[in-house]
Amino acid sequence: MSAPDTLMSTELMEDQETTLAPKAEVKQLDFYYGDFRALHRIDMPVYERHVTALIGPSGCGKSTFLRCFNRMHDLYPGNRYGGQIVLHPDNTDLLAREVDPIEVRMRIGMVFQKPNPFPKSIFDNVAYGLRVRGERSRRRIEDKVEQALRDAALWDEVKTRINEPAYNLSGGQQQRLCIARALATDPELLLFDEPTSALDPIATASIEELIHDLKQRVTILIVTHNMQQAARVSDFTAYMYIGELIEFGVTDELFIKPKKKQTEDYITGRFG
Amino acid sequence: MGASEHASKQYDLDLDSIRSRVLQMGGLVESQIRRAVEALGSGDRAAMAEVIANDHRVNAMEVELDGDCSQVIVKRQPAANDLRMILAIIKTVTDLERMGDEAQKIARMARSIHERGTPPPPTAVDVRHAAEVVLAMLRRTLDAFARLDCTTAAEVIRDDVGIDSEFQAILRQLITYMMEDPRTISTALEIVWIAKAIERIGDHAKNMAEYVIYIVKGTDVRHTGALTIEP
Repeated sequence: MSAPDTLMSTELMEDQETTLAPKAEVKQLDFYYGDFRALHRIDMPVYERHVTALIGPSGCGKSTFLRCFNRMHDLYPGNRYGGQIVLHPDNTDLLAREVDPIEVRMRIGMVFQKPNPFPKSIFDNVAYGLRVRGERSRRRIEDKVEQALRDAALWDEVKTRINEPAYNLSGGQQQRLCIARALATDPELLLFDEPTSALDPIATASIEELIHDLKQRVTILIVTHNMQQAARVSDFTAYMYIGELIEFGVTDELFIKPKKKQTEDYITGRFG
Repeated sequence: MGASEHASKQYDLDLDSIRSRVLQMGGLVESQIRRAVEALGSGDRAAMAEVIANDHRVNAMEVELDGDCSQVIVKRQPAANDLRMILAIIKTVTDLERMGDEAQKIARMARSIHERGTPPPPTAVDVRHAAEVVLAMLRRTLDAFARLDCTTAAEVIRDDVGIDSEFQAILRQLITYMMEDPRTISTALEIVWIAKAIERIGDHAKNMAEYVIYIVKGTDVRHTGALTIEP
């Protein structure tokens, strides 16, 4: 397979040049589940304070790719990374052995497909990461929880019942709670793994709106099966197929005029 | 659009049906223009009346195709080449419908010229020649659409320049003619309208050719000047 097309139109590059800096750079990334090679030599930038969407058919490796960023694969023996994911501005290679995965997860938050609040109160869910991090001041925790809930557009809905169990919230609210929980530790990069596939259209719209607001402050990488969602929320889109990055480009161009026929076949719903 | 098919067979059927009806509509418009121009030469009143009456068929096809394109958008949310195809078709049917209006206009003018009974000025021959050229442009642009052929589309775009200058030449001749014999002014003016209608048909054919390039290449070549377009 030829190298992915990572060139963008000069016009758009110039357009965004002033604000376009990579938050992370994926370099020659390989990933193995035991003997199975799930990712093949991926090179890709993740631009700061922009949303990058990962699309591709089931089993193409997009979730595997996403999970490399916060070292989630470390939880299982036999998994192996190759290459680098360099996080800026300090040029830390997230995959380096000496880098503590707990430290990585403090800098990189993750939100999953199904809302997964802890069996605790709304407040304690958001405070959890702060306490793990060693924050003891009740005052500071309260401030931070409120801010995170505000940032996740949930504060007004929960401020009067902050000590109720998180399970009392609706699905969409639970997902925003999970986003607030991820935001509480001030992550630099947020990973979303199909964050709306379990939600109804209204809840989906509010999460998408939230992603749009959040990108002013945090870099976002989102896996989605919903092509329209990728087109709506992202600035850049990466199309993956069987562990390879086929095409990476500006979202507005990729959905109108993809460079590769494989990408076109996928986004138009054709057999490859 | 390429060899591969959609996972949804119905989607393929819907798109194929829309595309073939665009070509049908193009065929109808082409015959409307041809018959109007022939009637201008022959004075066949029945043909003129038929062209005028048939315009509603062209209009109905425009409405129907627009509706079907809306259905594809709402049901399939087309992307990439499918999206470009649907957008191009929505625009193409507008141009075809306007060409239909021009054909009707030519038939009306032809009727009025022949009812007046004064012999048409010799320029009418040049007008018929210009009509042949735009009919060929329309045929080729429909061909380019059917085969998604950018080379032919680019040729049509270039040909439109010739039609524009031909219209200017006809106009100059008619002005001379009117100055020499003011009794011919009414008829000469009607020939001007016909020539203008033909020139507009050329413009619409050019627009359609530009949409073909958009479908195939994804580049919008409108308002960029014919000379910048590579076949």
